[in-house]
Amino acid sequence: MNVPAAWYLVLAALLFGVGAFGLLTKRSALIMFMCVELMLNAVNLTFVTFARTLSDVGGQATVFFVMVVAAAEVTVGLGIVVAVFRRRSSTSVDELSEMKG
Amino acid sequence: MTVTIPSIHYLAILPVILLLGGALCLLLATALLRNKVTTVAATSLTVAVSLAAFATTFWQWRCVDRSGPTTTVAHAIVLDGFSVVATGVIVLGLALSALVAHDWAIRERVQGAEFHILALTSTAGAVLMTQANDLIVIFLGLEILSIGLYVLVAFDRHRATSAEAALKYFLLGGFASAIFIYGAALVYGATGSTNLSSISYFLGANVVLHPGLLYAGGALLLVGFAFKVAAVPFHLWSPDVYQGAPTPVTGLMASIVKVGAFAAFIRVLISALGTQLDTWRPIFWVLIVFTTLVGASLALVQRNTKRMLAYSSINHAGFMLLGLWAGTIRGTAATLFYVMTYAPIVIATFAVLTLVGGVGDENHDIAHYRGLARRQPWLGAALAVLLLSQLGVPLTTGFYAKFAVLAAVVDAGNTTLAVIALLGAAIAAVFYLRWTFTLYADDDLDAARIVVPTMTGLVIGLGVAATVVFGVWPGPLAALAQHATVLFSP
Repeated sequence: MNVPAAWYLVLAALLFGVGAFGLLTKRSALIMFMCVELMLNAVNLTFVTFARTLSDVGGQATVFFVMVVAAAEVTVGLGIVVAVFRRRSSTSVDELSEMKG
Repeated sequence: MTVTIPSIHYLAILPVILLLGGALCLLLATALLRNKVTTVAATSLTVAVSLAAFATTFWQWRCVDRSGPTTTVAHAIVLDGFSVVATGVIVLGLALSALVAHDWAIRERVQGAEFHILALTSTAGAVLMTQANDLIVIFLGLEILSIGLYVLVAFDRHRATSAEAALKYFLLGGFASAIFIYGAALVYGATGSTNLSSISYFLGANVVLHPGLLYAGGALLLVGFAFKVAAVPFHLWSPDVYQGAPTPVTGLMASIVKVGAFAAFIRVLISALGTQLDTWRPIFWVLIVFTTLVGASLALVQRNTKRMLAYSSINHAGFMLLGLWAGTIRGTAATLFYVMTYAPIVIATFAVLTLVGGVGDENHDIAHYRGLARRQPWLGAALAVLLLSQLGVPLTTGFYAKFAVLAAVVDAGNTTLAVIALLGAAIAAVFYLRWTFTLYADDDLDAARIVVPTMTGLVIGLGVAATVVFGVWPGPLAALAQHATVLFSP
């Protein structure tokens, strides 16, 4: 069975939407962080699908760059989350309210 | 299958190589020599590398002047007048910020070269953004810039606000990057390429089959950029991050991120989506109106000076967007001139804030500035000049910069927008003037004297000199911006 390309695009858009929704509604820094990763992977799926439909290898190569960036973000992001957790013993962003105005 | 290695014009990427090379040398030296790498050595290397990169831009300029704009590395990197000038501004910004950070590090007893390694890497990312001719390269530049900055924002371990700001910056920055790259993916689907020149060629030569895809992609790219330059309604991270970050980092961030992001923004809009000018103009109109007015209005109600300057920089971002709205060579040159003059002013302003912040970097309430100019006339006067320049007083660069973008907008036929922006400037004037009057207010004369270290003093002096000299005599700088924009990529 041949799955039409549009389905992949719709799936990617849904994943991206789920990620964006989660990022805006969840209160735990770690879950928000996972949502960003989900969004990046939705982008990867979009790139691969378009690379397939356009018969262009460039879109597939791009995915590697996005994966590398995602990995680099994980390293730095978890470090920051740990730094905040050490101070407050919580990763909820609701408690990050030192600054207002 | 054969793989052809693209030809590389090394002069074009020399500034990036120098900056990354400097960062790697420092990293290696730190690993091998441990504590022997002193703050002085790290600062000297950073300043030397950034000045070397600045010298390279002269060489690049000669090359561009002689043989015109060129692309290299399979058309992913462009060497044109615009990128050369923006690169020069960014590396000078790094040199100035490194000097301020040096005195800050001594005061706060921060040892080691990590700060400078991260600053060098971030700057390399910003330089890459100015030269990128491919959406993927812009994305990589953006991430190299941002990831270093996330760590720099969290650098002050003694204050809880520092890590808090870093987490907020990281989550929203990651969100913005994801939106940006999704936009790039959709534009790729609609046009078949991520290369800006190819996109432009495709849009000029074909009727787009899926305009919805292109519009959605363009809109997402715009949102991604709007986050990075902190345009309203995507500005919410900026006051918290400006306040929480160590003050020298805030100065670095306010300058190089603005220059890098605006350079890439201009390139995407003018070189790739230039044919779609009428589509994105109305969106920009709304964005500019909100950014100038909201930025200025919210600055009025702040007590913390770093937050005030964050809202002020949002207001400035609105003015920089004006030149993009115009979409003409004149508008682009005006925006380039704006970022060129804004960078040294904002670094010098945050240098003064670093000094007033005192040990612990905590004294940022407006009350700490009461009577500063009476106690220390030179420091107070310097800050007053920098604030008035941001206000846009004649005989400072701020005036000419605002004038140039407004003239470009009127020239492109929208006086209403220019008037609204002026209204924003008028609201912003209230808080710049209030701050300046506070400096000359007449009490609290027995407050402790603020020590001005040599390096920071030098940076403040250079910032004030740049704004006054080029404010009185803006000709050469304006001509440079104009010439650089004419030498735009093919």
